[in-house]
Amino acid sequence: MTGKAEVLATGPFTTVQDLGRPGLAALGVGRSGAADRGSLRLANRLVGNPETHAALEVTLGGLRLRVSEPATVAVTGAEVDVRVGRRAVGTNAPVAVRAGDEVVLGRATRGLRCYLAIRGGFDLRPILGARATDTMGGLGPPPLVPGTTLPIGDAVAGYPAVDLAPRPRLPEEPELHVTPGPRLSWFTAAALSTLTGAPYTVTADLDRVGVRLDGPPLIRAIDAELPPEAAVPGALQVPPSGVPILFLADHPVTGGYPVPAVVTEADLDVAAQLRPGQRVRFTAR
Amino acid sequence: MSKTVLPYGGSALLMEVDDVLGYQAALELARPRGVVELVPAARTLLVLFDPAVTGPEEMRQALARVSTVDLPRPPSTTVTVPVRYDGEDLADVAEASGLSVREVVQRHAGGAYEVAFCGFSPGFAYLTGLDPALHLPRRSTPRTRVPAGSVAIAGEYSAVYPRSSPGGWHLLGHTGAEVWDIERAQPNLLPPGTRVRFEAQR
Repeated sequence: MTGKAEVLATGPFTTVQDLGRPGLAALGVGRSGAADRGSLRLANRLVGNPETHAALEVTLGGLRLRVSEPATVAVTGAEVDVRVGRRAVGTNAPVAVRAGDEVVLGRATRGLRCYLAIRGGFDLRPILGARATDTMGGLGPPPLVPGTTLPIGDAVAGYPAVDLAPRPRLPEEPELHVTPGPRLSWFTAAALSTLTGAPYTVTADLDRVGVRLDGPPLIRAIDAELPPEAAVPGALQVPPSGVPILFLADHPVTGGYPVPAVVTEADLDVAAQLRPGQRVRFTAR
Repeated sequence: MSKTVLPYGGSALLMEVDDVLGYQAALELARPRGVVELVPAARTLLVLFDPAVTGPEEMRQALARVSTVDLPRPPSTTVTVPVRYDGEDLADVAEASGLSVREVVQRHAGGAYEVAFCGFSPGFAYLTGLDPALHLPRRSTPRTRVPAGSVAIAGEYSAVYPRSSPGGWHLLGHTGAEVWDIERAQPNLLPPGTRVRFEAQR
């Protein structure tokens, strides 16, 4: 069963994502891949795909697709209404789609990024081993536009095993756990308690590279310029304003601002679902 | 010989060392269990590990034992990059460094460079070995678009822009050498450790 999916509408921003390109950072190539990796993996598992298959990352919803052949899809991640043909269907569940049917995502009501996987995966040409769009490095397929046709592959891992994967609701005011980063000593002794003492607000300056926050600034104790050094997803990089930027999937391989703290990997999927205006708390662990 | 190991979350440590590529080579030769990736930068080496295999404390101990003494250096390749020195910032660089344009070109083309690390964008190699007279801070206002192939300097580094991108470096000229091509088996012409010479073209 191979076919194609025609993109009729993309919403604000839709890209193809998989688990990215690990292992190439020394060449200046970041890992990239799904911002919320857990949701991508789940969407793939629900349709019987290997977790590494390419799916669509749909920011804020608004995607419309039409499939040429019968297909099975699953939508995970942000809370969103999904319609297949005229039927309202659930998220976090495999859904059968008839040839010629449209799959329509409404506007995400909680969380930011939805993931749509299709049985067989979106079979685009891999670049450096992955089909992910790296918005920072300019690698992989360009962001989708209406009229794009996506080939559907035929490699699967098995049959869909469950009807529904229960998922906890995304938190209203997420709590992200942090551990000390490499340059905590470049800040005053109060930096960690400032970071964890009051909530920060997510600004509209947010993309796959990172989330600019608004809240109490962290004060520098060392004013020197930092030579570029490698970063990781979850790094809280502090520019001269003192207010941290939270790095996500397409963060630059090296950065020039000090990192006093790092969000733990377990909390990165929740961090990738932050919406502008939302409040977030950091907790030391 | 100094070596400091700094924390960086649950699956990485940052080594601050005076010989980044030396420590990278030493760790590649005898990889501690669980190491998945090494990312060199200006003064540091990021060590990424699989937390299912090892933990930060165990990895910290493994890194403390790493030494670069008596390490055979892998043979490095030399790449010659032809440059047409017609960059927009030549006159500004000459003025800021107190040299003539001709001297700027001579000093830049006369240098023996080595790729210290890559970053900023895929294939963007930071080259050390720039003549200290040409060490200048970045432009106060970055350009929104620097063309691919631009040969540029900033701080203690020189570089060739792999693709057109925003940039704050001083542009000295341009090259036709493709430093980044994903269709090649080795997309990056200038991986860390490569020796580089610039050759002035008329």
